Amino acid sequence: MKPLRIVSGPACPLGLANVDTDQLIPARFMKRPRSEGYGGFLLHDLRRDEAGAERPDFPLNRAGWREAGILVARRNFGSGSSREAAVYALADHAIRVVLAPTFGDIFASNAVKNGLLPGVLDDADIEDLLAAVQATPDLQVTVDLEALDVRWGNRSAALTVDAVWREQLLNGWDDIDVTRSFAAQIADHAAADDRRRPWARPARS
Amino acid sequence: MAGSLAAAEQEARSAPRTLFDRLWDSHVIVERPSGDALLWIDRHLVHEGSFHAFAQLAARDGVVAEPGLTFGVADHYVPTRDRDHIANPEIARMIDDLEANTTRHGIELFGMKDPRQGIVHVVGPEQGLTLPGLTMVCGDSHTSTHGAFGAYAFGIGASEVAHVLMTQTLWQKKPKRMRISVDGRPAPGVGAKDFILAIIARIGADGARGHAVEYAGSAVRDLPMAGRMTMCNMSIEAGARCGLIAPDETTFRWIEGRPFAPKGDELARAIEDWRALKSDSDAEFDREIRLDAATIAPVVTWGTSPEDALPIDSAVPDPSREIDEARAATIRAALDYMGLRAGQRLSDIAIDRVFIGSCTNSRIEDLRAAASVLAGRKAAVPGLVSPGSALVKQQAEEEGLDRIFRSAGLDWVEAGCSMCVGMNGDSVPAGERCASTTNRNFRGRQGPGSRTHLMSPAMVAAAAIAGRLVDVRPLLEGRS
Repeated sequence: MKPLRIVSGPACPLGLANVDTDQLIPARFMKRPRSEGYGGFLLHDLRRDEAGAERPDFPLNRAGWREAGILVARRNFGSGSSREAAVYALADHAIRVVLAPTFGDIFASNAVKNGLLPGVLDDADIEDLLAAVQATPDLQVTVDLEALDVRWGNRSAALTVDAVWREQLLNGWDDIDVTRSFAAQIADHAAADDRRRPWARPARS
Repeated sequence: MAGSLAAAEQEARSAPRTLFDRLWDSHVIVERPSGDALLWIDRHLVHEGSFHAFAQLAARDGVVAEPGLTFGVADHYVPTRDRDHIANPEIARMIDDLEANTTRHGIELFGMKDPRQGIVHVVGPEQGLTLPGLTMVCGDSHTSTHGAFGAYAFGIGASEVAHVLMTQTLWQKKPKRMRISVDGRPAPGVGAKDFILAIIARIGADGARGHAVEYAGSAVRDLPMAGRMTMCNMSIEAGARCGLIAPDETTFRWIEGRPFAPKGDELARAIEDWRALKSDSDAEFDREIRLDAATIAPVVTWGTSPEDALPIDSAVPDPSREIDEARAATIRAALDYMGLRAGQRLSDIAIDRVFIGSCTNSRIEDLRAAASVLAGRKAAVPGLVSPGSALVKQQAEEEGLDRIFRSAGLDWVEAGCSMCVGMNGDSVPAGERCASTTNRNFRGRQGPGSRTHLMSPAMVAAAAIAGRLVDVRPLLEGRS
């Protein structure tokens, strides 16, 4: 996994609350192999009209914001289904950071496993950042995972990231390799558990 | 004996614990100083969407650590009609891939043509795979359903599915603890779906984010397992990590005799252990919410988030009366998408079709509730009834429920996720309005441009008869 320390550049103001994972990627696209790339499906039905043409007023369709590596949204981003495809769509669109006041728990966990930062700013900072980016579309925004802050213009806001997730993102660590280093403890636990809870394994006749 | 006495003494000395604490503590393998823990996973369920995870496994040349603890179920993409001729080759491939992946790794599969097939969250409990005291995961957010048995059950993404396949463990941060109590007696026609929609409306679609929610109170204890599953199922719609209900005699009776459940002496031993799975009377919760069941009326959603829920006798909100501008904009966008007017009576909303099914409301009790309203009546709109599993379908047919649905004019089809998520081809056409027993009214959830109103099976049945959203209670008068 690619480490993430500092992401700098334009930020796309999505400005919506409750962006659920059905919006991030509609279910009908999830049959495709990942190797085909999921970026084109990102927010597909908000971004395009019924005929499939881009809606010019949608932020992600505007020049400058289309290439943004940072997305700014309101509360409860990534709520709903556990589909990791929602993260694939963001990551394949070259988005590395989503900033919002709150995230769906499963989405946030999926994001970190794919090197995408779910960064929490408080409500007032999100509102300020949305307003600033809308006023100056090419505003340079810097998300600093090491310093735990977000900077734009002469403003700076505290960035909140779970300590474990921060460490994983900064180092590009992969869970499975870490877990395998605990193989002996896992085996001990399983053996003790079979004695302690003999009913826990499925009964097979 | 000495060992269990020592354990009892230690228990007595330790701080009061919640049900969730007990489940958590018994599954921790190691804890890291940074605050997360490696947990043992007792049951893992996979459906067609697991192909991403199996691809990750293949990319690492990984092996499945405990194939006996993972079970496959075909549900998300299975057609609900004519399974011998799947027209869409992409859908056929999803079902074939699940079969190939489970076969390759020695995982038992309830495949499309298995007599035990159904929705993963219906099949797990039905087969006795779901038990109190277990950790259970599945690559599906509605895995919270299984918490109705006193299991710690939660949805995970594809990378975590791959992690469980390869290690039978997961890293998790301990959630905070919330208790939601519903006490008192609900009015006839009001039940679990109304409780949970009322809760989500009150605390918001992210109101339980980061929390393990325990449902308690006399109205919850009075629910049958089906109603308990409905409540725990929709915990995720309040943003909760999981939903839980302490197991009791209702739970134990339900489990006995299920194919994969413990039997004989082993069951007796299990029940003894399961009786300890409850919150101590002096245990502390990070947050407590209380509702009075007697004040809850049948609830429907009007907008595009499950938190947009109101009693049927009220009206669509008016954004011009909203002080918070961001909230007003959200309401305006929802009304625009849903084709509704501010201030419109909910009971004036005409519908185009109905759907009865999904992991939220497709069990035999749900079908009985809908059928008791529909018996001897005709639906004014078309609709689909998809039972939660082939076994539920069989039981419903033995009880004659299929004839009630058919003579009302609704289609009676095979089991699967169907029109809840629109992956298998069952969808609501663009611009059409559906009264649905499902769990999500998100934009486009039931198909591009679809408009969804969530409610209980009885309320969907009433809407089918009236052709609009309507209070079911008058339709229940004189019926059992």
